Amino acid sequence: MFAFCTDPDTLSTLRWFSCYLTNGAHMLFYQSFLVVFALLAVTAPLSLAFGFGAATASRSPVAPLRWIGQGYTSMVRGVPDIVFFLFFVLVLDQGIEYLRHVIVCPEWDEPIYQGANFLVCQDARTPQGNAPQWVHEVYGFALAVFTYAIVFGAFCGNVLFGAMRAVPRAQLETAEAYGMTRAQVFRRVLVPQMWIYALPGLSNIWMILIKATPLLFLLGIEDIVYWARELGGSRTSAFQYPHPDWRFWYFLGLLVFYLAFTRVSEIVLARLTARLSHGQATAAGEALRKAAA
Amino acid sequence: MSCAEAFQAYALRSIGIGERLLPRSDITLCEQVVLIGSGMIWNIYFGLLALSFGFVFAVTLAVAKASPRWPVRKPAEWFIFLFRGSPLFIQFFMAYETFVMLPRLGVEFELFGVMIEAETRWLARAWLGALIVLFCNTSAYAAEIFYGALRSVPKGDLEAADAYGLSGWKKFRRITFPTTMRLAWPAYTNEAIFLFHATALVFFSSFPAFQQRGDALYYANYFADRTFNPFIPYPIVAVYFVLLTLCIIWLFGAINTRLNRHLPSDQRRKLRIRPQVIR
Repeated sequence: MFAFCTDPDTLSTLRWFSCYLTNGAHMLFYQSFLVVFALLAVTAPLSLAFGFGAATASRSPVAPLRWIGQGYTSMVRGVPDIVFFLFFVLVLDQGIEYLRHVIVCPEWDEPIYQGANFLVCQDARTPQGNAPQWVHEVYGFALAVFTYAIVFGAFCGNVLFGAMRAVPRAQLETAEAYGMTRAQVFRRVLVPQMWIYALPGLSNIWMILIKATPLLFLLGIEDIVYWARELGGSRTSAFQYPHPDWRFWYFLGLLVFYLAFTRVSEIVLARLTARLSHGQATAAGEALRKAAA
Repeated sequence: MSCAEAFQAYALRSIGIGERLLPRSDITLCEQVVLIGSGMIWNIYFGLLALSFGFVFAVTLAVAKASPRWPVRKPAEWFIFLFRGSPLFIQFFMAYETFVMLPRLGVEFELFGVMIEAETRWLARAWLGALIVLFCNTSAYAAEIFYGALRSVPKGDLEAADAYGLSGWKKFRRITFPTTMRLAWPAYTNEAIFLFHATALVFFSSFPAFQQRGDALYYANYFADRTFNPFIPYPIVAVYFVLLTLCIIWLFGAINTRLNRHLPSDQRRKLRIRPQVIR
């Protein structure tokens, strides 16, 4: 990275660390932090959307829709979500391949489960065997995002359902008295007002989501945990410079990263709560009103 | 292999008793159920021990965090922040790397003799190392719950205690502590459920499963890899965990009833169970 890195004398000096920490493999390591942020940026809105759909379905007057919504939100209760992570990725992978298999090769007559193998025809392989490396990576990442969204969507659904019920009944009745339809009440009164009740639960889920990002490693994504292990270990494929086992220091770095991240989130969410409490019929809103008056 | 044979061979496999080799081909449903159930022994072991040791430590931490003196308060605050602010997964990794490093450092301290060396070696094993991490983690989360409850003990209760001439340890033991527990119990029940779910991470983070003695998820993953069919082993784990969760809810519900036995039965607060995700 720096010009003086080519000079062998720097090897014995402290400056050498600035060379070591900016070599190619480390740049990939820093890029993998972006993977974490990308995952959060995609997963958070997606699971919010899933949750919103589930909460709306749970309130629906149509019974089958209500059952689907409630079934989905109560799915994650009682089972560790790591089970879901491992389960869904495999199920999605096999499901997609199976569907494509049925569509692409209708003349295939062998069974798909052959003992310990899951065999689909060559054209149905997803992604295709000869696809470039980045396609495989993006596909893996997309599967991971979808899995996260399914699991965390169920939690958001729980919180949003509770928040919708927490909006004071009088507010909705007033809206109905003004002659609004069911959909209008939902859109104009219920949804704008529910966020303040949902925020404590949602911020909790956000914190849990941040702390669940290292699980990406278990789904086979080259994320920060993967790179920390590769770079820190003394004999790995990213082996560039022989050094003793430094994994401890790399994980210390990750620990500090997560501590800082959760701390910043806490502060931002506290501000957001104060902002959203303005003019709400809650104790916090009342306190804000009194402070201003 | 019949069901009875599978039970004989694998019921205690996770603690090293029974068949050495795991089933390789022609895996039957019975083998999966028995072996995954045998893995649950570890989940229960970790959860139970971490929870019971953690409870005592969490109360200490909560009291320390509520202390007006900063040399007592600050360490407790930092401990809680450290373990609540970072992913459990990273904590496992960190702890394992630290524990693996210890004996290498220990070479310099050979003065302490065999005992110390033996102990540092055990730390890198899951049964002790992971237990320590889970213990610290649950202590931090529970301490935050207890701290919140400690701060919401009604003022009237404490004033009444003063009026009766109670002070110091006696006041804490008779008034503050029982009320704290009553307030914190529903949240603590959820924490207990999280903890049992978190035990599924032990063998998935860096602690190696010695001689393939793993927990329920370890075996489920083994079967999913072997048979390439996730639809059998993972639902089995899920069923086991749901059963375990029901047991926890029942046990904690019974304790909750006992804590509130002075109240008329219609005023007792029911436990609201809201299990959440892993951390």
